[in-house]
Amino acid sequence: MRPVNSPLLPRALHAGAWWLWAVGLAAAASRTTNPLLLVLVIAVTGFVVAARRTDDPWAGAFSAFLKFSLVLIALRVCLQALLSRASQGVTVLFTLPEVPLPDWLAGVKLGGSVTAEAVLAATYAGLQLAAVLCCVGAANALASARRLLASVPGALYEAGVACVVALTFAPQLVTDARRVRRAHRLRGHSPRRLSGLRRTALPVLEGALDRSIELAAAMDARGYGRSNTLSARARRIATGLVAAGLLGMCIGGYGLLDGSAVAIRAMPTLALGAVLAAAGLAWGGRRTPRTRYRPDPWALPEWLVAGSGIACAALLVVADTTSPSGLVMVDPVAMPVVPLLPVAGILLGLAPALLAPPVPSPARSGANAAPPRVAART
Amino acid sequence: MIVLERMGVRYADAAVPTLSEVSLVVEEGELALVVGRTGSGKSTLLRTLNGLVPHFSGGTLYGRVVVAGRDTARFRPRELADVVGFVGQDPQAGFVTDRVEDELAYGLESLAVAAPVMRKRVEETLDLLGLAGLRHRALADLSGGERQRVAIGSVLTMHPRVLVLDEPTSALDPQAAEEVLATLQRLVHDLALTVVVAEHRLERVVQYADRLIHLPGAGRPVVSGDPRQVMGSCDLAPPVVELGRWAGWRPLPLSIRDARRAAAPLRSQLQGTRPPRRGAAPARPGAECARIEGLVVRYGDTFALRGVDLVTRRGEITAVMGRNGAGKSTLLAAAVGLVDARAGHVDVAGVDPGRTNPRKLLHTVGLVPQDPADLLYGESVAAECSQADADAGAPRGSCRERFAELAPGVPDEQHPRDLSEGQRLALVLAIVLTGRPLQLLLDEPTRGLDYTAKRRLAAALRDLAARGHAVVLATHDVELVAEIADRVVVLADGEVVSDGPTDEVLVASPAFAPQVTKVLGAGPWLTVSDVTTALGAAS
Repeated sequence: MRPVNSPLLPRALHAGAWWLWAVGLAAAASRTTNPLLLVLVIAVTGFVVAARRTDDPWAGAFSAFLKFSLVLIALRVCLQALLSRASQGVTVLFTLPEVPLPDWLAGVKLGGSVTAEAVLAATYAGLQLAAVLCCVGAANALASARRLLASVPGALYEAGVACVVALTFAPQLVTDARRVRRAHRLRGHSPRRLSGLRRTALPVLEGALDRSIELAAAMDARGYGRSNTLSARARRIATGLVAAGLLGMCIGGYGLLDGSAVAIRAMPTLALGAVLAAAGLAWGGRRTPRTRYRPDPWALPEWLVAGSGIACAALLVVADTTSPSGLVMVDPVAMPVVPLLPVAGILLGLAPALLAPPVPSPARSGANAAPPRVAART
Repeated sequence: MIVLERMGVRYADAAVPTLSEVSLVVEEGELALVVGRTGSGKSTLLRTLNGLVPHFSGGTLYGRVVVAGRDTARFRPRELADVVGFVGQDPQAGFVTDRVEDELAYGLESLAVAAPVMRKRVEETLDLLGLAGLRHRALADLSGGERQRVAIGSVLTMHPRVLVLDEPTSALDPQAAEEVLATLQRLVHDLALTVVVAEHRLERVVQYADRLIHLPGAGRPVVSGDPRQVMGSCDLAPPVVELGRWAGWRPLPLSIRDARRAAAPLRSQLQGTRPPRRGAAPARPGAECARIEGLVVRYGDTFALRGVDLVTRRGEITAVMGRNGAGKSTLLAAAVGLVDARAGHVDVAGVDPGRTNPRKLLHTVGLVPQDPADLLYGESVAAECSQADADAGAPRGSCRERFAELAPGVPDEQHPRDLSEGQRLALVLAIVLTGRPLQLLLDEPTRGLDYTAKRRLAAALRDLAARGHAVVLATHDVELVAEIADRVVVLADGEVVSDGPTDEVLVASPAFAPQVTKVLGAGPWLTVSDVTTALGAAS
C-alpha cells in the first residue's frame, strides 16, 4: 500500500473530503426531525472534530458554531411560545398575558396559552437547523477554507485568489476599526457617538485601500498572472460554463435535499450541472498557467471519509422513502422512536475519527526551533 | 547587475520630478544601501528596479533602468519576478497565503515551476533563512523579525539575482534587526546576491554596505560610491560616523569595531572627565505625575503585563524599552485608559484614566499612538487643527501655531494623508498637546523618521520636559533614548527588569548600548555631544 493510502500516516486530509463528509451529514440531518437522530448527528460531528482537529486558529470554529446553534434553538422556542396558536396542540403548558392586536393582524396572536406541542415542534425544528450548522462548523474546524480554495481547478484560480484576499481583509477591517475607535478616545471623543462613524470609517477604509494596493504590488512583483496564456474570450466561455454548471448543481442539489421535490427531476439537473461545470473547468484549465506546491493528495482515506458522509446521507434518503415514520415527528409530544437504519447511517459518520489520518503532531512543526544566529559585525 | 542611466521619475500630478538624472551602477554581489531624507525618492528608486515604477504606480520614467540585462521599461514587474525579488515596507501587507511554507511557494507557483523543483527550492530556502522550525506556522502568529525573514524567503525561492528591500529593519527591535541583517549578510556572502536596501536607521546597516547611494533630494545630484567617501560628506550620519568626523579619524570608521581601534587616543583624553549633566533634566526631581501600581493586563490567554510599577515625574523624560511584544504599547495604552487592567491601578494627576470622560482626560494625559494616522480624519491640516482646538477648549489657532513650530512650512489646505511621516507625527503631537496634558506618552515615535525629523522631535520633547510635562516614550531607538531620556525602564515579558538613570541602564546592557558607549568602552558616554561638550569644557 502506498503511504498516502494508509490511514496511519499523519497528514492533513484533503479539505474537499472533509466538506463532502460534512455535507453528507448535513443532508442526513435535513431529512429528519427526530430529536434523537439530530442529537446523534451533533454528537458525531463533535466527536470527529475532537478526534481530528489541529492547533490552527480556525480549529475553534466548531464550538463557536455549537454555541450559535444553541442560541438559535432558544430563540426559536421563545418566538414560538410568544406567537403560538391554540390550533398547534391541546396540552397547555402555561398562559402568557395576551396582547390585543388590531383587526388587520387577525392571523397573528401575541402571548396567550403556550402548548407543549408548539414548543416541542419548535425545539425539533431548531435542533435540525442546529445539526446542519454543526456540520458546517465541523467542516470549518477540520479543513481550512484556504486549503479548499487552494485546490480549486485552474479555471477558478482568479476567483479563488479574490476569496483568499477577502478572507484576510475582513478580519483585518474589524481589527482596524476597533483600533481607530480606541484612538478617537485620545482626541477626547466618547466612542459611542454616531458622528464617530465617519471618523472611524474614513481612516479604516483608507487603510484598507492602501493595504490592497500594497498587496497588489507585492503579487505583481512575485509574478502573479505572468503565464496566463488564455485569451479573454476563452476565459469568458470557461467562466460562463462553470457558472451555469454550478447553478444547475445548486438547483439539483436543492431538489435532492428537499424531500418534497421529485427526485427524478432533481437528478438530471444535478448531473447536467456537473457536466457543464466540468466542461468549463476543463476548457479553462487547458493550459496550466501555474503549478501547485504540495497539493493535498486524494487517496484512500479521502475516499473513505467522503464516502462515509455520502453513505450516511444515502441511508437516510432510503429510510425516508421506505419507512418515514421513524424520521418525522408527526406528533411532537409522542416519545421519539429509535429507527435502526438511520441510526446505523449516522453512526457511519463516525468513521473519519478512525479512518482519517492522524493530525501531524506539533513537534513536527517545531514552534520552538531557534533561528541560527550569525554573529553580526558590530 | 543594475545600471541606471540618466534615470528620472515624474508622477502624474507632481510639480517636480521625484528623481532626475540618476546615473549609477551596482555590481554583482554588492550590498548597496540607499539613504536619504524622507521624501527624497528612496522608495521610488527601489520600485524602478523591478518595474513597479512606472508599470504599477503610473508616472513617467525617463532614461534607462537595466537590471540583469533587462530594460524595466519593456518588462513588467511580473516578468522581472525571476530576477528581482522585492520586499516592501510592510511585509505583512504583501503576504498572499496564511502559512509560512505556502508563502514561500507562492511565487514559484506563479512562475509555473515544476512541482519537484519547487519542493526542493522551498526546502533549501527554509534552511538558508533558518525558517525550518516555522514552516507550518500561520503567518499571523509570527514576530516582526520572523515575518521579515519569511518575506525575504518568499522572493528568494524564485532564485532572483537582485534582492530589493525597503526599510527592512525600521519596525524591528535591535535583536530582530540584527537577525535580519545577519541573514542579508549571509546571502551576499554565500550566494553572491546583489542586495539593494533603503534604510533610515543608518547606525544599523551602514557597516554592512559595499556601496552607498545618497539621494540628497531637492534636485541635487545623487551620489553613489564607496561608503566611507559618501559618508564623509553626507548630511545623514550615524553617531559612530559623527564621532569619527569630529575626531578627524582617517579612514572614517563605519563600524563600531573600526572606530574602537581608532579611538584609543580619544579614550585616554577622556580619562578623568565626566559627561555634562544630561539634557534638560532638572537638578531635583519634579513632582510626581503618574503612578502605576501592580498593573496586570491580559489579552485572551496571554498576559501582556504582569505586575508593572512605574512612577513618572514632571520634567522627566522616561524611555520604555524592550523587545517587540514585551508589553510597551500595552503599558502606554493602559496609562491612558485604552485597555482595561485586570489588577493594579493607574493614577495620573489624581484621576483614573479608564474611568474618566475622554474630554476631561485631554488635559491630563495624551498619547501619540504607534500609527499616528489613526487619529486623523479631517480633510486638511487646518480642519484637523481647528477640530483639536474645539475639542480641547483651547483658543483658536493654538494647535495650528504649535504645528507650525514642530513642522514649519506646511500649507493649511494640505491633506493629512499627503504629509510626510515626520510631518504627520508633528501634526498628531500638536493635536495631543493642544489639551496641554501633564503626562505625554509616545509610542514608537521615530519609526520612519530621518535624522533631521528625529532631531526636531528630540528638541520638542526636551522643551516640553523643561516646561514641566512628564514625557514617556516607548521606543527601540537606542540613539534617541541616549540623546534625550533621563530614565530608562526595560520591560521583558510584561515585567520591569531594570529601571534607572539612562546612563546606568544603557551602559550596562549589551543590546541597548548606544554606539558611542560601545566605541568608548567603559564610562557613561552616550552621545557624541557628551564627548564634544566634555572636551570643549576641559580645553
